[in-house]
Amino acid sequence: MNMELYSREGISGAPSRLFIFSTIVVIGALIIFARLWYLQILHGDEYRQKSENNRVRIRPVLAGRGMVLDRNGKVMVDNRPAFDVFMLREDAKDFKGTIMNVSGMIKSRPEDIEATVRRDSPFIPVRIKKDIDRDTLATLLTNKLDLDGITVSIEPKRSYPHGTLASHLFGHIGEITEKQLSVGGYEGYRMGSLIGKSGLESKYETYLRGVDGGKYVEVDAAGREVSVLKEVDSYPGNNLVTTIDLELQTVAEEAFKDKAGAVVAMDPRNGEILAFISSPAINPDIFAGPLDPQEWNSLINDPMKPLQNRAIQSQYPPGSTYKTFVAAAALEEGIITKDTAFHCNGGYKFGNRVYRCWKKEGHGSVSLHRALVESCDVYFYQVGLKLGIDRMAAYARKFGLGEPTGIELSDEKGGIVPDKAWRKKRFGSPWIDGETLSCAIGQGFNLVTPLQLLSAYAALANGGSFYQPHLAKAIVGPDGKVLETFQPKIKKRLDLSPETVALLKDALQGVVNEPGGTARSARLEDITVGGKTGTTQVVKMRADKRVKGQDLPYWFRDHAWFASFAPAEDPRIALVVFIEHSGHSGGHAAAPIAGKILKSFFDLEKQRKEGVQAEVKTEGNAEVRPEEKPEPLPEEPIAD
Amino acid sequence: MIDRRLITNFDWTLLGSTLLLIFLGVLNLYSASYSFSSGSTPVFLKQVYYILMGLAAILVILQIDYKNLERYAYWIYGFSVLLLVAVLVVGKTGGGARRWIGIGGLTYQPSELMKLSLILALAKYFHNRNNIGGYQLRELGIPFLLVGAPTILIMKQPDLGTALILLSLFVTVVLFARVRLKSLIIAGTLAAGSVPVLWQFMKDYQKKRLMTFLNPEFDALGSGYHIIQSKIAVGSGKVLGKGFLSGTQSQLQFLPEHHTDFIFSVLAEEWGFMGSMVVVLGFLFFILWGVSIAKECKDKFGTLLSFGIVAMIAWHFLINIGMVVGLLPVVGVPLPFFSYGGSFVITIMMGIGLLLNIRMRRFM
Repeated sequence: MNMELYSREGISGAPSRLFIFSTIVVIGALIIFARLWYLQILHGDEYRQKSENNRVRIRPVLAGRGMVLDRNGKVMVDNRPAFDVFMLREDAKDFKGTIMNVSGMIKSRPEDIEATVRRDSPFIPVRIKKDIDRDTLATLLTNKLDLDGITVSIEPKRSYPHGTLASHLFGHIGEITEKQLSVGGYEGYRMGSLIGKSGLESKYETYLRGVDGGKYVEVDAAGREVSVLKEVDSYPGNNLVTTIDLELQTVAEEAFKDKAGAVVAMDPRNGEILAFISSPAINPDIFAGPLDPQEWNSLINDPMKPLQNRAIQSQYPPGSTYKTFVAAAALEEGIITKDTAFHCNGGYKFGNRVYRCWKKEGHGSVSLHRALVESCDVYFYQVGLKLGIDRMAAYARKFGLGEPTGIELSDEKGGIVPDKAWRKKRFGSPWIDGETLSCAIGQGFNLVTPLQLLSAYAALANGGSFYQPHLAKAIVGPDGKVLETFQPKIKKRLDLSPETVALLKDALQGVVNEPGGTARSARLEDITVGGKTGTTQVVKMRADKRVKGQDLPYWFRDHAWFASFAPAEDPRIALVVFIEHSGHSGGHAAAPIAGKILKSFFDLEKQRKEGVQAEVKTEGNAEVRPEEKPEPLPEEPIAD
Repeated sequence: MIDRRLITNFDWTLLGSTLLLIFLGVLNLYSASYSFSSGSTPVFLKQVYYILMGLAAILVILQIDYKNLERYAYWIYGFSVLLLVAVLVVGKTGGGARRWIGIGGLTYQPSELMKLSLILALAKYFHNRNNIGGYQLRELGIPFLLVGAPTILIMKQPDLGTALILLSLFVTVVLFARVRLKSLIIAGTLAAGSVPVLWQFMKDYQKKRLMTFLNPEFDALGSGYHIIQSKIAVGSGKVLGKGFLSGTQSQLQFLPEHHTDFIFSVLAEEWGFMGSMVVVLGFLFFILWGVSIAKECKDKFGTLLSFGIVAMIAWHFLINIGMVVGLLPVVGVPLPFFSYGGSFVITIMMGIGLLLNIRMRRFM
């Protein structure tokens, strides 16, 4: 090393500044010395006393969790008082004895109680039993003398006044896991803190959760409160206003009673979900209290899968509802015009196989409009062949199929849009042209979730804007003040020509309103409904035999679809009804239910309008102008 | 081949006092983590592994003449800043802050390395600049940038304690390098004047955080509780302490951070005033010995570097114990040799490696 590079002169005046630094450190050490003297020698006895019967306890005061409301402010998820049993190890003079005593009263195994209590510090009360009934509470209170260190606290618990209604949306709350606590990022949570585990409870956890308060209390050796040293207030969580219309939801649940499947309604002008059913459902209340392992096992082993959210987690072939997308592709790509006609004689021979039309006698010569209205399979076999699978897939993706819609619920499935590349990747073999035919009528490898299909039809209904489906409308404080509103988001645009949109929408209203249409059972008197039916075969029928759906065993029966929107000219609602293993066609099973729900929607709309008018009339005397009428929430926040 | 003069000039006193403090630290950590059995490897054993890694780092550092390090000072500094950026992008979260990056199964806290890198960079900058009559304000622009960038990145994690250490290091090293009185007055006035302006620009939650920092009672459920319990622990130790493994405050886990930032309270509780004084005097001896290394060093780079390292250890010592005994607000500053934490142990050991390095080459 070349030493000449380094100046040997150092820093001028360095020794004196080093001396100053040393002095500062020595003074610092002296201050520490003095402080230790003060704490340990002058006040040592006092602090020793404090530590010996260390008496500062934290008594948490839990904050109420925010409610979940419907779009009009009606309560969907609420809180109720529940009694929990806690144990504070430090205060249990006879630890084992107390555990033996309490275990019989709360019906828990002594080993389990001990393990739970030992998990936390002896100075923090640990919950040993949740949600005891009133009888147990009475037993505990009468035997209080034998139960040192056992306390009962009242805590707010979730309650669901409408039972199973829309239960798949809410998800459930549960105790925070040890793992979550150990990874961090959960400030303010402790062992036993409740946290949203799924659904809206989890997605909007930060809003719904309040701020827990606490009391620092001084206790004597027996654990009795002597004085409150410090109190920190708890703040209840904020309420979540959803886009759900409780009245419409109730009507829809009634119309869909005893069926398995999904019903989802959306406002096509902004993506707000108005009703959301996945059936069968369970009452989420079972998660609010203690869950019996047996009950849990029977739930997860139930072949009907009540825990599954069919609207977003179950994927089914879309059946003929897919034809709308194939038609859009063919029109946009110039494969067909509205007048291009194909002949249907009940089947189409391709290769050495005959692909049948659902109508044995055939449709004769059909062009686009009639092909959609009567759902002619042969027409779409030929259109599909001309398009090719890859172009068909590209348009399906434009409609949002093949990827999750992005609704704020977890574990949403994305469905499958098959094309050549997909087949290669999935099966390692090239595409077979015959498969194009099945795909063109929505029967091949295609899989969609009911919510995907709804979003696609809603986008077509509003002229081409694909709105992100969403469930949260606003966050409202406990005092009713609106804190945050969630704006609609256009995820993408379909980019279809206005002519294509007009042709398709005209055909879809024909499906419901024209003679020969497959969904005439969804017709309304004064409102034009548009839609498309679909029937999905679960097992391939043999070519020579046509078996009636309802004669098949349940698990082999067809699924029924109906995707719709209304009024066709300017849609305010889009609706998908999906019946799992219905055994009937979409037109027979799903369309009538959709008709009922749509009718109720417009009836409700009318009633509310009349109600508001009546209100305005009566208030007119008090000189309140209509535009000043108080409204709980903006009904349509900036749609376009 | 190592020069024989290096071995004869080796600073056995510094190494000896280091090992003594480390021994006390591990002993204390053993007691602090005695009563909780969670995790497969005991905390004190992990600390021993980190110390062994630190000793290996010392051996490596001794092989390199510290004067050669100067050439790479800015590179090391730049690398550390990059790591800090990486923390914000791909870092791991723990306890609400994003401070760590994962390497294999291990995690590393780059803000610790930053402390040494900043000292290196400042030492190089001032070494290359003549200071007759002291530095002027405009010559402090680059050092200001050198400390500003990592401080902002660390505040973003957020880690107020480490940011505070970087700023104190900056101020101490700059003052030591000597600044003109006039410039000092101007800089001081500017800094004081900018406080109300900064306050205006801060968001509400930032203001609240600062308030809590200045007054722990503001956040009564958090740090306020710490202070009460820490004071009880320290005070209840009395003259001779409650004895090894017998501190009720810490054994019963009143203090959630008691094996990291509040480790000194465990010592004070179990070994009392006498034990605490041994440790305080140990630190004092160590720091004053370190100052003598800076004094005897013949070149400016080595002087600045060794002074910076000693200042780093001194500030950690004063701030941490000040916090534990309730004289200073609660900020996350660990105690060298005693607090648990791999990145911190290795940083301190590397610093000591540099001190030994400078010391044994003082006649060369």
